[in-house]
Amino acid sequence: MPDPTQEVGGNGVHAFADSLYRAESRRVLSTLIRLLGDMDLAEEALQDAFAAALERWPREGIPANPRAWLVSAGRFRAIDKIRRRARFDAVSAELADRIETEATVEPDAPPHGLEDDRLRLVFTCCHPALQADAQVALTLREVCGLATEEIAAAFLVSPTTVAQRIVRAKAKIRQARIPYRVPSLSELADRLDNVLHVVYLVFNEGYLSARGDALARSDLSSEAIRLGRLLADLLPEPEVFGLLALMLFHESRRHARATPEGDLILLDEQDRSLWDGAQIRQGRELVERAFASGRIGSYTLQAAIAALHAQAPTLQATNWAEIAGIYEILRRADPSPVVELNRAVAVAMRDGPAAGLELVDALLGEGKLTDYHLAHSARADFCRKLARWEEARISYLRALELVRSLPQRRFLEKRLRELAEIGTGGVPT
Amino acid sequence: MKYLCLIYEAETLYATMSREEGQTMMAEYGAFTEEIKKSGQYIAGEALKPVQTATTIRIRNGQLSVTDGPFAETKEQLGGFYLIEAPDLTDALRIAGRIPSAKTGSIEVRPIQVFN
Repeated sequence: MPDPTQEVGGNGVHAFADSLYRAESRRVLSTLIRLLGDMDLAEEALQDAFAAALERWPREGIPANPRAWLVSAGRFRAIDKIRRRARFDAVSAELADRIETEATVEPDAPPHGLEDDRLRLVFTCCHPALQADAQVALTLREVCGLATEEIAAAFLVSPTTVAQRIVRAKAKIRQARIPYRVPSLSELADRLDNVLHVVYLVFNEGYLSARGDALARSDLSSEAIRLGRLLADLLPEPEVFGLLALMLFHESRRHARATPEGDLILLDEQDRSLWDGAQIRQGRELVERAFASGRIGSYTLQAAIAALHAQAPTLQATNWAEIAGIYEILRRADPSPVVELNRAVAVAMRDGPAAGLELVDALLGEGKLTDYHLAHSARADFCRKLARWEEARISYLRALELVRSLPQRRFLEKRLRELAEIGTGGVPT
Repeated sequence: MKYLCLIYEAETLYATMSREEGQTMMAEYGAFTEEIKKSGQYIAGEALKPVQTATTIRIRNGQLSVTDGPFAETKEQLGGFYLIEAPDLTDALRIAGRIPSAKTGSIEVRPIQVFN
Protein backbone atom coordinates (compact mmCIF):
# COMPACT_ATOMS: atom_id res chain seq x y z
CA MET A 1 0.00 0.00 0.00
CA PRO A 2 1.39 3.46 -0.81
CA ASP A 3 2.48 5.58 2.09
CA PRO A 4 -0.38 7.79 3.24
CA THR A 5 1.91 9.98 5.34
CA GLN A 6 2.53 12.44 2.59
CA GLU A 7 1.41 15.95 1.89
CA VAL A 8 -2.33 16.29 2.19
CA GLY A 9 -3.68 18.80 -0.25
CA GLY A 10 -5.27 18.77 -3.70
CA ASN A 11 -2.37 17.42 -5.75
CA GLY A 12 -0.93 15.24 -3.04
CA VAL A 13 -4.24 13.50 -2.52
CA HIS A 14 -4.72 13.02 -6.25
CA ALA A 15 -1.28 11.50 -6.68
CA PHE A 16 -1.88 9.34 -3.64
CA ALA A 17 -5.26 8.20 -4.93
CA ASP A 18 -3.69 7.37 -8.30
CA SER A 19 -1.02 5.17 -6.83
CA LEU A 20 -3.55 3.71 -4.41
CA TYR A 21 -5.79 2.84 -7.36
CA ARG A 22 -2.97 1.02 -9.09
CA ALA A 23 -1.90 -0.81 -5.96
CA GLU A 24 -5.20 -1.52 -4.27
CA SER A 25 -8.12 -1.29 -6.67
CA ARG A 26 -8.14 -5.05 -7.38
CA ARG A 27 -8.09 -5.89 -3.68
CA VAL A 28 -10.90 -3.46 -2.96
CA LEU A 29 -12.85 -4.78 -5.95
CA SER A 30 -12.56 -8.41 -4.90
CA THR A 31 -13.81 -7.63 -1.40
CA LEU A 32 -16.68 -5.58 -2.83
CA ILE A 33 -17.64 -8.48 -5.08
CA ARG A 34 -17.87 -10.72 -2.02
CA LEU A 35 -19.89 -8.16 -0.06
CA LEU A 36 -22.22 -7.20 -2.89
CA GLY A 37 -22.42 -10.55 -4.66
CA ASP A 38 -22.28 -9.00 -8.12
CA MET A 39 -19.31 -8.05 -10.29
CA ASP A 40 -20.92 -5.17 -12.15
CA LEU A 41 -22.32 -3.68 -8.99
CA ALA A 42 -18.90 -4.01 -7.35
CA GLU A 43 -17.15 -2.29 -10.24
CA GLU A 44 -19.53 0.65 -10.06
CA ALA A 45 -19.04 0.74 -6.30
CA LEU A 46 -15.26 0.76 -6.75
CA GLN A 47 -15.43 3.77 -9.08
CA ASP A 48 -17.84 5.51 -6.70
CA ALA A 49 -15.55 4.84 -3.75
CA PHE A 50 -12.55 6.41 -5.46
CA ALA A 51 -14.66 9.37 -6.58
CA ALA A 52 -15.77 9.84 -2.97
CA ALA A 53 -12.16 9.63 -1.78
CA LEU A 54 -11.07 12.34 -4.21
CA GLU A 55 -13.89 14.53 -2.98
CA ARG A 56 -13.47 14.00 0.75
CA TRP A 57 -9.82 13.25 1.42
CA PRO A 58 -8.53 16.71 0.46
CA ARG A 59 -10.90 18.18 3.11
CA GLU A 60 -10.88 15.48 5.76
CA GLY A 61 -7.44 14.00 5.33
CA ILE A 62 -6.42 10.54 4.23
CA PRO A 63 -7.90 7.88 6.54
CA ALA A 64 -5.64 5.61 8.57
CA ASN A 65 -6.70 2.55 6.63
CA PRO A 66 -7.52 3.77 3.10
CA ARG A 67 -8.35 0.31 1.80
CA ALA A 68 -10.97 -0.35 4.49
CA TRP A 69 -12.33 3.17 3.95
CA LEU A 70 -12.72 2.49 0.21
CA VAL A 71 -14.42 -0.87 0.80
CA SER A 72 -16.79 0.72 3.25
CA ALA A 73 -17.55 3.72 1.01
CA GLY A 74 -18.10 1.46 -2.00
CA ARG A 75 -20.45 -0.79 -0.10
CA PHE A 76 -22.37 2.16 1.31
CA ARG A 77 -22.84 3.69 -2.13
CA ALA A 78 -23.91 0.37 -3.63
CA ILE A 79 -26.58 -0.10 -0.95
CA ASP A 80 -27.72 3.45 -1.58
CA LYS A 81 -28.01 2.76 -5.31
CA ILE A 82 -29.93 -0.46 -4.80
CA ARG A 83 -32.28 1.36 -2.42
CA ARG A 84 -33.05 4.00 -5.00
CA ARG A 85 -33.71 1.23 -7.54
CA ALA A 86 -35.82 -0.51 -4.89
CA ARG A 87 -38.54 2.08 -5.14
CA PHE A 88 -39.54 0.27 -8.32
CA ASP A 89 -38.56 -3.24 -7.44
CA ALA A 90 -39.18 -5.48 -4.41
CA VAL A 91 -36.24 -7.77 -5.17
CA SER A 92 -33.78 -4.88 -4.95
CA ALA A 93 -35.20 -3.84 -1.59
CA GLU A 94 -34.67 -7.32 -0.27
CA LEU A 95 -31.15 -7.38 -1.73
CA ALA A 96 -30.22 -4.10 -0.09
CA ASP A 97 -31.47 -5.37 3.26
CA ARG A 98 -29.51 -8.55 2.92
CA ILE A 99 -26.26 -6.80 2.01
CA GLU A 100 -26.69 -4.35 4.82
CA THR A 101 -27.29 -6.94 7.51
CA GLU A 102 -25.02 -9.73 6.26
CA ALA A 103 -21.98 -7.79 5.40
CA THR A 104 -20.37 -5.66 7.99
CA VAL A 105 -16.89 -4.49 7.16
CA GLU A 106 -14.51 -4.60 10.05
CA PRO A 107 -11.91 -1.93 9.34
CA ASP A 108 -9.35 -3.97 11.25
CA ALA A 109 -10.11 -7.17 9.39
CA PRO A 110 -6.98 -9.29 9.15
CA PRO A 111 -5.25 -8.68 5.83
CA HIS A 112 -5.38 -12.38 4.91
CA GLY A 113 -9.18 -12.15 4.98
CA LEU A 114 -8.99 -9.58 2.20
CA GLU A 115 -6.34 -11.58 0.37
CA ASP A 116 -8.74 -14.53 0.34
CA ASP A 117 -11.10 -12.35 -1.63
CA ARG A 118 -8.56 -12.01 -4.39
CA LEU A 119 -8.13 -15.76 -4.46
CA ARG A 120 -11.91 -16.17 -4.61
CA LEU A 121 -11.94 -13.82 -7.57
CA VAL A 122 -9.27 -15.82 -9.38
CA PHE A 123 -11.22 -19.05 -8.92
CA THR A 124 -14.46 -17.46 -10.07
CA CYS A 125 -12.87 -15.97 -13.19
CA CYS A 126 -11.20 -19.31 -14.00
CA HIS A 127 -14.29 -21.44 -13.36
CA PRO A 128 -14.32 -24.30 -15.88
CA ALA A 129 -18.02 -23.69 -16.64
CA LEU A 130 -16.92 -20.50 -18.43
CA GLN A 131 -15.58 -20.60 -21.96
CA ALA A 132 -11.77 -20.79 -22.06
CA ASP A 133 -11.41 -17.45 -23.88
CA ALA A 134 -13.75 -15.85 -21.39
CA GLN A 135 -11.76 -17.17 -18.43
CA VAL A 136 -8.65 -15.49 -19.80
CA ALA A 137 -10.41 -12.21 -20.60
CA LEU A 138 -12.21 -12.09 -17.28
CA THR A 139 -9.06 -12.84 -15.28
CA LEU A 140 -7.14 -10.09 -17.06
CA ARG A 141 -10.02 -7.67 -16.65
CA GLU A 142 -11.04 -8.35 -13.04
CA VAL A 143 -7.92 -9.72 -11.36
CA CYS A 144 -5.26 -7.76 -13.26
CA GLY A 145 -7.36 -4.68 -13.95
CA LEU A 146 -6.53 -4.49 -17.66
CA ALA A 147 -8.89 -2.43 -19.79
CA THR A 148 -10.98 -4.23 -22.40
CA GLU A 149 -9.03 -2.42 -25.14
CA GLU A 150 -5.70 -3.62 -23.70
CA ILE A 151 -6.90 -7.22 -23.62
CA ALA A 152 -8.20 -6.89 -27.18
CA ALA A 153 -4.89 -5.48 -28.41
CA ALA A 154 -2.92 -8.21 -26.67
CA PHE A 155 -4.96 -10.98 -28.23
CA LEU A 156 -5.41 -9.26 -31.58
CA VAL A 157 -9.19 -9.39 -31.43
CA SER A 158 -11.66 -6.54 -31.49
CA PRO A 159 -12.59 -4.77 -28.24
CA THR A 160 -16.22 -5.66 -28.99
CA THR A 161 -15.34 -9.35 -28.99
CA VAL A 162 -13.58 -9.08 -25.64
CA ALA A 163 -16.42 -7.00 -24.19
CA GLN A 164 -18.97 -9.58 -25.35
CA ARG A 165 -16.98 -12.43 -23.83
CA ILE A 166 -16.82 -10.60 -20.51
CA VAL A 167 -20.49 -9.63 -20.49
CA ARG A 168 -21.53 -13.15 -21.34
CA ALA A 169 -19.26 -14.67 -18.68
CA LYS A 170 -20.59 -12.29 -16.03
CA ALA A 171 -24.15 -13.14 -17.00
CA LYS A 172 -23.41 -16.82 -16.62
CA ILE A 173 -21.73 -16.27 -13.24
CA ARG A 174 -24.83 -14.43 -12.07
CA GLN A 175 -27.55 -16.59 -13.63
CA ALA A 176 -26.06 -20.04 -13.13
CA ARG A 177 -24.70 -18.97 -9.72
CA ILE A 178 -21.03 -19.69 -10.19
CA PRO A 179 -19.78 -19.30 -6.62
CA TYR A 180 -17.34 -16.75 -5.29
CA ARG A 181 -15.26 -19.00 -3.13
CA VAL A 182 -12.01 -20.89 -2.93
CA PRO A 183 -12.73 -24.54 -3.79
CA SER A 184 -12.81 -27.10 -1.01
CA LEU A 185 -9.75 -29.25 -0.51
CA SER A 186 -11.23 -32.18 -2.43
CA GLU A 187 -11.68 -30.16 -5.60
CA LEU A 188 -8.75 -27.78 -5.16
CA ALA A 189 -6.27 -29.77 -7.23
CA ASP A 190 -8.51 -29.87 -10.33
CA ARG A 191 -9.59 -26.28 -10.01
CA LEU A 192 -6.05 -25.06 -9.41
CA ASP A 193 -4.96 -26.91 -12.57
CA ASN A 194 -7.44 -24.84 -14.48
CA VAL A 195 -6.26 -21.57 -12.91
CA LEU A 196 -2.63 -22.40 -13.66
CA HIS A 197 -3.62 -23.29 -17.21
CA VAL A 198 -5.19 -19.85 -17.68
CA VAL A 199 -2.12 -18.13 -16.23
CA TYR A 200 0.21 -20.10 -18.50
CA LEU A 201 -1.99 -19.33 -21.50
CA VAL A 202 -1.67 -15.62 -20.76
CA PHE A 203 2.08 -16.02 -20.37
CA ASN A 204 2.51 -17.93 -23.61
CA GLU A 205 0.36 -15.50 -25.52
CA GLY A 206 2.79 -12.82 -24.42
CA TYR A 207 5.90 -14.91 -24.80
CA LEU A 208 5.38 -16.93 -27.92
CA SER A 209 3.15 -14.46 -29.68
CA ALA A 210 1.67 -17.09 -31.91
CA ARG A 211 0.26 -14.41 -34.19
CA GLY A 212 1.48 -11.07 -35.34
CA ASP A 213 5.00 -9.76 -35.77
CA ALA A 214 6.01 -8.92 -32.23
CA LEU A 215 8.24 -11.67 -30.88
CA ALA A 216 7.00 -11.16 -27.37
CA ARG A 217 4.16 -9.07 -26.09
CA SER A 218 5.91 -8.53 -22.83
CA ASP A 219 2.93 -6.94 -21.08
CA LEU A 220 1.03 -10.20 -21.04
CA SER A 221 4.06 -12.15 -19.87
CA SER A 222 4.71 -9.82 -16.97
CA GLU A 223 0.99 -9.84 -16.13
CA ALA A 224 1.10 -13.64 -16.00
CA ILE A 225 4.19 -13.57 -13.78
CA ARG A 226 2.49 -11.07 -11.50
CA LEU A 227 -0.49 -13.42 -11.30
CA GLY A 228 1.85 -16.30 -10.57
CA ARG A 229 3.47 -14.36 -7.71
CA LEU A 230 0.05 -13.45 -6.32
CA LEU A 231 -0.98 -17.12 -6.40
CA ALA A 232 2.29 -18.23 -4.82
CA ASP A 233 1.62 -15.80 -1.98
CA LEU A 234 -2.01 -16.75 -1.51
CA LEU A 235 -1.89 -20.46 -2.25
CA PRO A 236 1.59 -21.90 -1.67
CA GLU A 237 1.01 -25.15 -3.56
CA PRO A 238 3.98 -26.89 -5.23
CA GLU A 239 2.56 -26.60 -8.75
CA VAL A 240 2.07 -22.85 -8.26
CA PHE A 241 5.80 -22.62 -7.50
CA GLY A 242 6.50 -24.87 -10.47
CA LEU A 243 4.57 -22.69 -12.91
CA LEU A 244 6.01 -19.46 -11.55
CA ALA A 245 9.52 -20.92 -11.83
CA LEU A 246 8.83 -22.08 -15.39
CA MET A 247 7.64 -18.62 -16.41
CA LEU A 248 10.64 -16.97 -14.75
CA PHE A 249 13.07 -19.25 -16.59
CA HIS A 250 11.42 -18.46 -19.93
CA GLU A 251 11.33 -14.78 -19.09
CA SER A 252 15.00 -14.76 -18.08
CA ARG A 253 15.91 -15.39 -21.73
CA ARG A 254 13.75 -12.61 -23.12
CA HIS A 255 16.64 -10.36 -24.11
CA ALA A 256 18.67 -13.20 -25.57
CA ARG A 257 16.01 -14.77 -27.73
CA ALA A 258 15.54 -12.06 -30.32
CA THR A 259 17.74 -9.80 -32.41
CA PRO A 260 17.10 -6.05 -32.21
CA GLU A 261 15.17 -6.49 -35.47
CA GLY A 262 12.88 -8.98 -33.77
CA ASP A 263 14.34 -12.12 -35.34
CA LEU A 264 14.16 -15.29 -33.32
CA ILE A 265 17.42 -16.65 -31.86
CA LEU A 266 17.33 -20.33 -30.95
CA LEU A 267 18.75 -21.65 -27.71
CA ASP A 268 22.07 -22.78 -29.25
CA GLU A 269 22.78 -19.35 -30.70
CA GLN A 270 21.72 -17.27 -27.69
CA ASP A 271 24.23 -15.12 -25.82
CA ARG A 272 23.80 -16.71 -22.41
CA SER A 273 25.36 -13.74 -20.64
CA LEU A 274 22.13 -11.88 -21.50
CA TRP A 275 20.05 -14.26 -19.42
CA ASP A 276 18.61 -12.63 -16.32
CA GLY A 277 20.47 -14.09 -13.35
CA ALA A 278 18.05 -12.82 -10.72
CA GLN A 279 15.06 -14.47 -12.42
CA ILE A 280 17.01 -17.70 -12.82
CA ARG A 281 17.93 -17.69 -9.11
CA GLN A 282 14.30 -17.12 -8.12
CA GLY A 283 13.22 -19.88 -10.48
CA ARG A 284 15.67 -22.34 -8.96
CA GLU A 285 14.58 -21.53 -5.42
CA LEU A 286 10.98 -22.12 -6.42
CA VAL A 287 11.79 -25.45 -8.09
CA GLU A 288 13.60 -26.54 -4.93
CA ARG A 289 10.62 -25.60 -2.79
CA ALA A 290 8.29 -27.50 -5.12
CA PHE A 291 10.52 -30.59 -5.08
CA ALA A 292 10.84 -30.42 -1.29
CA SER A 293 7.06 -30.87 -1.02
CA GLY A 294 7.35 -34.33 -2.52
CA ARG A 295 4.29 -33.64 -4.68
CA ILE A 296 5.78 -33.03 -8.08
CA GLY A 297 3.52 -32.07 -10.96
CA SER A 298 4.04 -31.34 -14.61
CA TYR A 299 4.81 -27.60 -14.26
CA THR A 300 7.50 -28.43 -11.72
CA LEU A 301 8.99 -31.04 -14.05
CA GLN A 302 9.01 -28.55 -16.92
CA ALA A 303 10.60 -25.98 -14.63
CA ALA A 304 13.26 -28.53 -13.61
CA ILE A 305 14.11 -28.98 -17.29
CA ALA A 306 14.28 -25.21 -17.76
CA ALA A 307 16.53 -25.01 -14.68
CA LEU A 308 19.00 -27.44 -16.27
CA HIS A 309 19.08 -25.27 -19.39
CA ALA A 310 19.54 -22.17 -17.28
CA GLN A 311 22.59 -23.52 -15.49
CA ALA A 312 24.34 -24.89 -18.59
CA PRO A 313 27.21 -22.78 -19.96
CA THR A 314 26.54 -23.89 -23.56
CA LEU A 315 24.03 -25.98 -25.46
CA GLN A 316 26.56 -28.82 -25.84
CA ALA A 317 27.50 -28.74 -22.16
CA THR A 318 23.84 -29.06 -21.14
CA ASN A 319 22.92 -32.13 -19.11
CA TRP A 320 20.88 -33.67 -21.91
CA ALA A 321 20.79 -37.09 -20.28
CA GLU A 322 19.02 -35.69 -17.26
CA ILE A 323 16.71 -33.55 -19.42
CA ALA A 324 15.75 -36.58 -21.52
CA GLY A 325 15.15 -38.45 -18.26
CA ILE A 326 12.81 -35.78 -16.91
CA TYR A 327 10.91 -35.75 -20.21
CA GLU A 328 10.49 -39.49 -19.78
CA ILE A 329 8.85 -38.88 -16.35
CA LEU A 330 6.81 -36.00 -17.75
CA ARG A 331 5.64 -38.19 -20.61
CA ARG A 332 4.23 -40.66 -18.11
CA ALA A 333 2.82 -38.05 -15.71
CA ASP A 334 1.21 -35.84 -18.33
CA PRO A 335 1.30 -37.48 -21.76
CA SER A 336 1.04 -35.19 -24.76
CA PRO A 337 2.47 -35.16 -28.29
CA VAL A 338 4.28 -31.87 -27.56
CA VAL A 339 6.09 -33.50 -24.63
CA GLU A 340 7.03 -36.37 -26.97
CA LEU A 341 8.41 -33.86 -29.45
CA ASN A 342 10.50 -32.13 -26.79
CA ARG A 343 11.73 -35.46 -25.58
CA ALA A 344 12.79 -36.26 -29.15
CA VAL A 345 14.87 -33.08 -29.24
CA ALA A 346 16.53 -33.94 -25.91
CA VAL A 347 17.19 -37.51 -27.04
CA ALA A 348 18.73 -36.16 -30.25
CA MET A 349 21.10 -34.04 -28.20
CA ARG A 350 22.00 -37.03 -26.04
CA ASP A 351 22.19 -39.79 -28.67
CA GLY A 352 22.51 -37.91 -31.95
CA PRO A 353 20.10 -36.55 -34.60
CA ALA A 354 19.27 -40.01 -36.01
CA ALA A 355 17.69 -41.02 -32.68
CA GLY A 356 15.63 -37.80 -32.60
CA LEU A 357 14.52 -38.26 -36.20
CA GLU A 358 13.29 -41.75 -35.45
CA LEU A 359 11.11 -40.45 -32.59
CA VAL A 360 9.70 -37.51 -34.56
CA ASP A 361 8.94 -39.73 -37.55
CA ALA A 362 7.14 -42.15 -35.25
CA LEU A 363 5.03 -39.26 -33.90
CA LEU A 364 4.20 -37.90 -37.36
CA GLY A 365 3.56 -41.46 -38.54
CA GLU A 366 0.85 -41.80 -35.89
CA GLY A 367 -0.76 -38.67 -37.33
CA LYS A 368 0.23 -36.59 -34.30
CA LEU A 369 1.42 -32.97 -34.60
CA THR A 370 1.18 -33.14 -38.39
CA ASP A 371 -0.15 -29.56 -38.35
CA TYR A 372 2.34 -28.30 -35.77
CA HIS A 373 5.13 -26.27 -37.36
CA LEU A 374 7.66 -27.08 -34.63
CA ALA A 375 7.38 -30.81 -35.33
CA HIS A 376 8.33 -30.21 -38.96
CA SER A 377 11.09 -27.74 -38.16
CA ALA A 378 12.55 -30.17 -35.59
CA ARG A 379 12.46 -32.90 -38.22
CA ALA A 380 14.08 -30.53 -40.72
CA ASP A 381 16.81 -29.73 -38.23
CA PHE A 382 17.62 -33.40 -37.60
CA CYS A 383 17.76 -34.04 -41.36
CA ARG A 384 20.01 -31.02 -41.83
CA LYS A 385 22.43 -32.32 -39.22
CA LEU A 386 22.38 -35.70 -40.96
CA ALA A 387 23.13 -33.96 -44.29
CA ARG A 388 19.83 -35.20 -45.71
CA TRP A 389 19.36 -31.84 -47.47
CA GLU A 390 16.34 -32.58 -49.64
CA GLU A 391 14.33 -34.02 -46.74
CA ALA A 392 15.37 -31.04 -44.60
CA ARG A 393 14.18 -28.65 -47.29
CA ILE A 394 10.78 -30.34 -47.61
CA SER A 395 10.25 -30.29 -43.84
CA TYR A 396 11.27 -26.62 -43.53
CA LEU A 397 8.81 -25.81 -46.31
CA ARG A 398 6.05 -27.71 -44.51
CA ALA A 399 6.84 -25.82 -41.28
CA LEU A 400 6.73 -22.56 -43.20
CA GLU A 401 3.24 -23.36 -44.46
CA LEU A 402 2.04 -23.84 -40.89
CA VAL A 403 3.86 -21.13 -38.95
CA ARG A 404 1.93 -18.00 -37.91
CA SER A 405 4.46 -15.87 -36.07
CA LEU A 406 6.54 -13.58 -38.30
CA PRO A 407 9.85 -13.97 -36.45
CA GLN A 408 9.55 -17.73 -36.65
CA ARG A 409 8.70 -17.45 -40.35
CA ARG A 410 11.83 -15.38 -40.95
CA PHE A 411 13.88 -17.97 -39.10
CA LEU A 412 12.60 -20.78 -41.32
CA GLU A 413 13.22 -18.71 -44.45
CA LYS A 414 16.80 -18.15 -43.32
CA ARG A 415 17.33 -21.88 -42.90
CA LEU A 416 15.89 -22.51 -46.37
CA ARG A 417 18.27 -19.93 -47.87
CA GLU A 418 21.18 -21.68 -46.17
CA LEU A 419 20.06 -24.99 -47.64
CA ALA A 420 19.82 -23.41 -51.10
CA GLU A 421 23.45 -22.23 -50.74
CA ILE A 422 24.51 -25.78 -49.93
CA GLY A 423 22.79 -26.82 -53.15
CA THR A 424 24.97 -24.34 -55.07
CA GLY A 425 28.17 -25.50 -53.43
CA GLY A 426 28.12 -23.46 -50.21
CA VAL A 427 29.37 -24.77 -46.91
CA PRO A 428 26.84 -26.22 -44.46
CA THR A 429 26.69 -24.55 -41.08
CA MET B 1 -47.92 -44.18 -16.67
CA LYS B 2 -45.96 -40.99 -16.23
CA TYR B 3 -44.94 -38.81 -19.12
CA LEU B 4 -42.33 -36.11 -19.44
CA CYS B 5 -43.32 -33.23 -21.72
CA LEU B 6 -40.25 -31.40 -23.00
CA ILE B 7 -40.64 -27.85 -24.20
CA TYR B 8 -38.56 -26.67 -27.17
CA GLU B 9 -38.73 -23.23 -28.67
CA ALA B 10 -36.53 -20.52 -30.11
CA GLU B 11 -35.24 -18.45 -27.20
CA THR B 12 -35.15 -15.41 -29.46
CA LEU B 13 -38.93 -15.59 -29.52
CA TYR B 14 -39.16 -14.00 -26.07
CA ALA B 15 -36.75 -11.22 -26.92
CA THR B 16 -38.92 -10.19 -29.87
CA MET B 17 -42.26 -10.46 -28.05
CA SER B 18 -44.04 -7.34 -26.96
CA ARG B 19 -44.80 -6.88 -23.27
CA GLU B 20 -48.46 -7.74 -23.88
CA GLU B 21 -47.62 -10.87 -25.86
CA GLY B 22 -45.29 -11.94 -23.06
CA GLN B 23 -47.97 -11.43 -20.45
CA THR B 24 -50.51 -13.34 -22.50
CA MET B 25 -48.09 -16.25 -22.82
CA MET B 26 -47.40 -16.26 -19.06
CA ALA B 27 -51.14 -16.16 -18.36
CA GLU B 28 -51.68 -19.13 -20.67
CA TYR B 29 -48.99 -21.05 -18.84
CA GLY B 30 -50.59 -20.14 -15.50
CA ALA B 31 -54.00 -21.32 -16.68
CA PHE B 32 -52.64 -24.55 -18.13
CA THR B 33 -50.74 -25.39 -14.94
CA GLU B 34 -53.85 -24.70 -12.84
CA GLU B 35 -55.93 -26.96 -15.07
CA ILE B 36 -53.66 -29.99 -14.85
CA LYS B 37 -53.20 -29.42 -11.13
CA LYS B 38 -56.98 -29.54 -10.75
CA SER B 39 -57.26 -32.69 -12.82
CA GLY B 40 -54.58 -34.27 -10.63
CA GLN B 41 -52.22 -34.82 -13.52
CA TYR B 42 -49.51 -32.32 -12.57
CA ILE B 43 -46.37 -33.74 -10.94
CA ALA B 44 -43.70 -31.12 -11.57
CA GLY B 45 -42.81 -28.40 -14.03
CA GLU B 46 -40.10 -25.78 -14.23
CA ALA B 47 -38.81 -23.22 -16.69
CA LEU B 48 -35.09 -23.27 -17.50
CA LYS B 49 -32.80 -20.28 -17.64
CA PRO B 50 -31.50 -19.48 -21.16
CA VAL B 51 -29.13 -21.85 -22.90
CA GLN B 52 -26.18 -19.50 -22.25
CA THR B 53 -26.31 -20.63 -18.63
CA ALA B 54 -25.79 -24.27 -19.59
CA THR B 55 -22.75 -26.32 -18.64
CA THR B 56 -22.07 -29.81 -19.95
CA ILE B 57 -19.97 -32.38 -18.18
CA ARG B 58 -18.53 -35.70 -19.25
CA ILE B 59 -16.25 -38.21 -17.61
CA ARG B 60 -13.90 -40.07 -19.91
CA ASN B 61 -11.06 -42.29 -18.72
CA GLY B 62 -11.78 -41.10 -15.21
CA GLN B 63 -11.19 -37.48 -16.21
CA LEU B 64 -13.98 -34.98 -15.65
CA SER B 65 -14.41 -32.44 -18.43
CA VAL B 66 -16.51 -29.34 -17.90
CA THR B 67 -17.53 -27.24 -20.89
CA ASP B 68 -19.48 -24.04 -21.22
CA GLY B 69 -22.58 -24.53 -23.32
CA PRO B 70 -25.42 -26.99 -23.92
CA PHE B 71 -25.25 -30.65 -24.83
CA ALA B 72 -24.35 -30.86 -28.51
CA GLU B 73 -23.65 -34.48 -29.33
CA THR B 74 -26.16 -35.53 -32.00
CA LYS B 75 -25.38 -39.23 -31.46
CA GLU B 76 -26.79 -39.05 -27.93
CA GLN B 77 -30.45 -38.84 -27.04
CA LEU B 78 -32.19 -37.49 -23.96
CA GLY B 79 -32.46 -40.41 -21.58
CA GLY B 80 -33.58 -39.03 -18.24
CA PHE B 81 -33.29 -36.21 -15.77
CA TYR B 82 -32.65 -35.33 -12.13
CA LEU B 83 -33.93 -32.17 -10.49
CA ILE B 84 -31.50 -31.36 -7.70
CA GLU B 85 -31.01 -28.70 -5.04
CA ALA B 86 -27.50 -27.23 -4.74
CA PRO B 87 -26.11 -24.01 -3.25
CA ASP B 88 -24.19 -23.12 -6.42
CA LEU B 89 -23.07 -24.36 -9.84
CA THR B 90 -19.84 -25.92 -8.56
CA ASP B 91 -21.82 -28.12 -6.20
CA ALA B 92 -24.43 -28.91 -8.86
CA LEU B 93 -21.66 -30.01 -11.24
CA ARG B 94 -20.11 -32.16 -8.54
CA ILE B 95 -23.39 -33.99 -8.06
CA ALA B 96 -24.03 -34.24 -11.81
CA GLY B 97 -20.60 -35.82 -12.20
CA ARG B 98 -21.78 -38.71 -10.02
CA ILE B 99 -24.65 -39.58 -12.38
CA PRO B 100 -23.48 -42.90 -13.88
CA SER B 101 -24.17 -41.81 -17.45
CA ALA B 102 -21.61 -39.02 -17.11
CA LYS B 103 -19.11 -41.78 -17.88
CA THR B 104 -20.84 -42.84 -21.08
CA GLY B 105 -22.87 -39.84 -22.18
CA SER B 106 -23.20 -36.16 -21.34
CA ILE B 107 -24.96 -34.36 -18.52
CA GLU B 108 -26.20 -30.85 -19.25
CA VAL B 109 -26.72 -28.78 -16.14
CA ARG B 110 -29.14 -25.87 -16.43
CA PRO B 111 -30.33 -23.60 -13.63
CA ILE B 112 -34.08 -23.40 -13.01
CA GLN B 113 -35.75 -20.07 -13.70
CA VAL B 114 -37.60 -18.77 -10.66
CA PHE B 115 -40.41 -16.33 -11.38
CA ASN B 116 -41.28 -13.71 -8.82
